[in-house]
Amino acid sequence: MTDENAATKSRLGLALFWIYVLLYGGFMGLVLVRPDLLSWRPFGGVNLAIAAGMGLIAAALVLAVVYMVARAGR
Amino acid sequence: MLHDTSTLAVAIFAGFVAAVLALSFWLGRKKQSAAAYYAAHGEVHWFVNGIAFAGDYLSAASFLGICGMIAFSGYDGFLYSIGFLAGWIVALFVIAEPIKALGRFTFADALDAKFNSRGIKMAVAISTLVVSVFYLIPQMVGAGSLITPLLGLPHAAGVILVGVAVTLIVVTAGMVSTTWVQFIKGSLLVLFCGVLTALILGRGLQVNAGRPGTENLAPQVRTVRPDGTVLVDGKPQSRDHDLRPVGTIARLPDRFAGKTATGPLRPLEYLAALEDSTIITWSARRHADAEGTHVTYSPVERKGADLLKPGGYFKGLNSGTLAGRLDFASLMLALFCGTASLPHILIRYYTVKDGAAARKSTVVGIAAIGVFYVLTLYLGLGAMTSGALDPTDTNMAAPLLAKSFSTTLFAVISAIAFTTVLGTVSGLIMAGSGAVAHDLVENVCGVRMTDHEKVRCGKIAAMGLGIVAMALGILFKNFNVSFLVGWAFNIAASANLPALVMLLFWPRTTKQGIIAAVTVGMVASLGWILLSADTFEKVYGLAREAAPMPFSQPGLVTIPLGFLVLIVVSLLTPPPAARPGNAG
Repeated sequence: MTDENAATKSRLGLALFWIYVLLYGGFMGLVLVRPDLLSWRPFGGVNLAIAAGMGLIAAALVLAVVYMVARAGR
Repeated sequence: MLHDTSTLAVAIFAGFVAAVLALSFWLGRKKQSAAAYYAAHGEVHWFVNGIAFAGDYLSAASFLGICGMIAFSGYDGFLYSIGFLAGWIVALFVIAEPIKALGRFTFADALDAKFNSRGIKMAVAISTLVVSVFYLIPQMVGAGSLITPLLGLPHAAGVILVGVAVTLIVVTAGMVSTTWVQFIKGSLLVLFCGVLTALILGRGLQVNAGRPGTENLAPQVRTVRPDGTVLVDGKPQSRDHDLRPVGTIARLPDRFAGKTATGPLRPLEYLAALEDSTIITWSARRHADAEGTHVTYSPVERKGADLLKPGGYFKGLNSGTLAGRLDFASLMLALFCGTASLPHILIRYYTVKDGAAARKSTVVGIAAIGVFYVLTLYLGLGAMTSGALDPTDTNMAAPLLAKSFSTTLFAVISAIAFTTVLGTVSGLIMAGSGAVAHDLVENVCGVRMTDHEKVRCGKIAAMGLGIVAMALGILFKNFNVSFLVGWAFNIAASANLPALVMLLFWPRTTKQGIIAAVTVGMVASLGWILLSADTFEKVYGLAREAAPMPFSQPGLVTIPLGFLVLIVVSLLTPPPAARPGNAG
């Protein structure tokens, strides 16, 4: 990890990691503290509990692809 | 319920096992090097490795367990899915590339790369074995308990069948054949879950599914008498007199008023329609008297909207107590941190050629596993309303859902559910074999071996582990073991993650710090589990209240404890000798 490039790269990975921690932690916080909000149905009749769960799965894939492309681009 | 077993399912499963073993023997026909046995020469294509990640990771607990949990309790099974998938983010962004760069064959290689310490190798090899065995037990017991309803064979036959098949797969060509078995299994699993989901959406929602006329909503009682015979509603259980299958819709949403079926629905429409429907689930209540143990299953009418929010399975979320919430938070933390600390997942990183391939294969793995978890949500909800559920057995939800479409599909899904066990168990045996042969025998005990002897030692270790796995699978037959997977995640996260993360990000980490963190993390999480309310109730048969631990999942305390121990011990011991190139 002496390579300067590698350091920048791992900074990107860590930044994306913390973004996901916020998303995951935020959702679990909602489940723990304000579960009533999860019954809200703004998405064509689908409630926030399901929409957010699917969103977290999709977000993991999006961040992973962003990371892969960014690393391959250098 | 008594289940009809299908010869077709047996034939499909036998065909699959025969094909997989033929492939393994063909792959293992040449003389192998240690690099081939432990890491498939590092020549596995990234896409194959990505799907093999899915085949390695998606155990019977993921497939049958989560489907069953959603079918019986609603949304909460999906929370497990979310946690299981999130763990891959830690694997990709924090763990994957250092593991690939530092290690060669095992997790201990990577943790020890900087220090070359026998103490680290020993601590990590033991934690690898503990985690792998805790993960193996539910897989093997699952194989035994699935084989009776799915293929009509006794428990021990299922355990031995899986044990022998997996040992042969690992012994013939090591990581090479393990990779291909996991690749095939991962592909089949995602593909057939997709087929089932398409059928569920095509069928839409039906009132009183699977049963003509008005449904009989009377409670059902199943009695097990002291001599082991089973009564249903007071009369002996038989094919003609058995529990009725359960799980239906009582009323569709208003916009389908007057209809008994919605017809085909789009994916989001399906979820929305289910939320506006009224669903009949079944509750179980147990009591015992001189006649035997009785379980009464009673219908409960519930709103779809209530089933599609958290709290159906994790009762602690509704209890309003702090302990209940901490228990849930602790489990979700362990799932998040545990995936990237599971030895059988980590060793897959040694099978690809470089960091770029490791990244690409993780992305493929996340895609396959993410799609699978979305599909299992539909499978679980489809089973909930299929009118085909066995009220006594949550694990049968997915196969019985398939049966509500066709008996052929039931045979295919049964065979796939059973082969699911093969992929995961072979990964676990591979990880354990590396820990015993490469870490303990070769590196800790210092036995010098030629390359050929290393392979032989690995294969002997794999055979030994196969026999241990079979023995445990038979020994734990009557145990409720599904929660052991949660234990494995907790122990892996507590013992392995702090050491790995601090080694990568804190230059002051010393070898004593690592040894202490791995040991304390492992012992503390294991000890906490053995003293928790869940274990008191489900394993020892004691009162929950007698347990000394405030909540059952240790991760929330023991993961930070691992970090703390590592920091304190490292600061108390001399810093590692500064090496040029280690400064940045």
